[in-house]
Amino acid sequence: MDFLQKLGHKTLSRFASLGRSTRMLIGALVNIPNPRKGTPLLIRQLYMIGHQSLLIIMVSGLFIGMVLALQGYTVLVGYGAEDSLGPLVALSLLRELGPVVTALLFAGRAGSALTAEIGLMKATEQLSSLEMMAIDPLKRVIAPRFWAGFISMPILALIFSAVAILGAHLVGVDWLGVDSGSFWSIMQAQVSFEKDILNGIIKSFVFALVVTWIALYKGYDCIPTSEGISKATTETVVHSSLAVLGFDFLLTAVMFSG
Amino acid sequence: MAKLAELDVESDLSQAIVEIKDVTFSRGEKTIYKNMSFSVPKGKITAIMGPSGIGKTTMLRLIGGQLKPDSGDILFEGASIPNMTRSALYDARKNMSMLFQSGALFTDMSVFDNVAFPLREHTKLSEELIRLVVLMKLQAVGLRGASELMPSELSGGMARRAALARAIALDPELIMYDEPFAGQDPISMGVLVKLIKSLNEVLGLSSLIVTHDVTEVLSIAEHVVIIAEQGVIGSGTAEEMLAHSSPLVQQFLQGLSDGPVPFHQPASPYEDALLTKGAR
Repeated sequence: MDFLQKLGHKTLSRFASLGRSTRMLIGALVNIPNPRKGTPLLIRQLYMIGHQSLLIIMVSGLFIGMVLALQGYTVLVGYGAEDSLGPLVALSLLRELGPVVTALLFAGRAGSALTAEIGLMKATEQLSSLEMMAIDPLKRVIAPRFWAGFISMPILALIFSAVAILGAHLVGVDWLGVDSGSFWSIMQAQVSFEKDILNGIIKSFVFALVVTWIALYKGYDCIPTSEGISKATTETVVHSSLAVLGFDFLLTAVMFSG
Repeated sequence: MAKLAELDVESDLSQAIVEIKDVTFSRGEKTIYKNMSFSVPKGKITAIMGPSGIGKTTMLRLIGGQLKPDSGDILFEGASIPNMTRSALYDARKNMSMLFQSGALFTDMSVFDNVAFPLREHTKLSEELIRLVVLMKLQAVGLRGASELMPSELSGGMARRAALARAIALDPELIMYDEPFAGQDPISMGVLVKLIKSLNEVLGLSSLIVTHDVTEVLSIAEHVVIIAEQGVIGSGTAEEMLAHSSPLVQQFLQGLSDGPVPFHQPASPYEDALLTKGAR
């Protein structure tokens, strides 16, 4: 009986939490700030969320591309198919690794920062003071951060894939001796814009929505104490990462299984 | 003479800026207020006092429309706050402001930008006019020389004064102070007491102070409301409260450690707790 009671309570609180997060998201989406006041806020957040994540995205992309080329080459060379290294790397990156790894890194770098920032704003009553100044925090604080995350992540994912392909070129062509012409031309022939690049971008937009939404909600709904903020920040990284991997499977099944 | 004073208070209350009418409010299982009623007279300094944890700050949030009562009504200038639409509530909030206990300054903006913030958001004043208004507000709280500092560079008292300058930026009709004297040194406290009184007189606004700093607030409050046991246990002028017959009011005003509000939290007998192994 006690177990059932706990289960019921937990289920109800999960649904209530989902309802609150949806209300927050709709509030942020509906309340589009006016261009004169909203644009500087959006640009500032694009800088904080997008530009500040560039370094970790580019360095990670470079190393992942290099590792991918090294691993791919050792397998392909056994079949005399090392010329296919280009498409192998490009397809892996554009379809899967680019969007997924970028989203995971984004959750750790920008998502946790968003949660901590909003949580601290709540703990120091900055959100309440905005409300009392007749300024909607969803419009002033949440909306610019949401749009900045939503715009930044697909761009970061494309940069990640581009840098990773250059890293793969560095290892595959410059170090291991794969023919440069084959590397690029087979890649160009095998990679489809609609099926591979566009689907990768769509995945990135979905991940951007999920990660930014989770990060903002966890901060907005956290218990405004140091322990509450710490818990919310951890939850952002864990929940976003799991959600990204889960959605990746679903999207891959829809996009590439046919 | 006494009759005249009585008439004066009555006429003041008839011109209430805020009226709390039979408000009941609960948090989960716990009832915070039960059928509570009182008024905040217009143009005066009103103090809401009471022991910690009885929901004084909650009252400010109810007046500001951040919380809704379970039943009853809260009127601000005759309009019902709980029944307002969102846009009407936001319009009403432009006529009231709140000084939070922590100051709640935006940490990514300088003092100047913090004070300019509500003006930039709600008015179409030019930057030059905003500069003049901000400098006037900062001059009023004595922080014109600190306008370029960031909130992290301010002392607690300075932060509260900067927040006060921001709170009066739009010349509100009601300003609510949440524990303005908490954690202040005697000099800062004296400065804040003087500021609250002078701003109330000069700007002709109504002030509502939530506090448990008896001495400071009684020196400036023209109307006092004491809250305890889910309702108002006494209200009137400072003199009336000091002469109040309720032991609870006297315990609170005189700071007695024991009385109707017990010193000890309810617990098992002391001897039993000491002699029984594992008991706490």
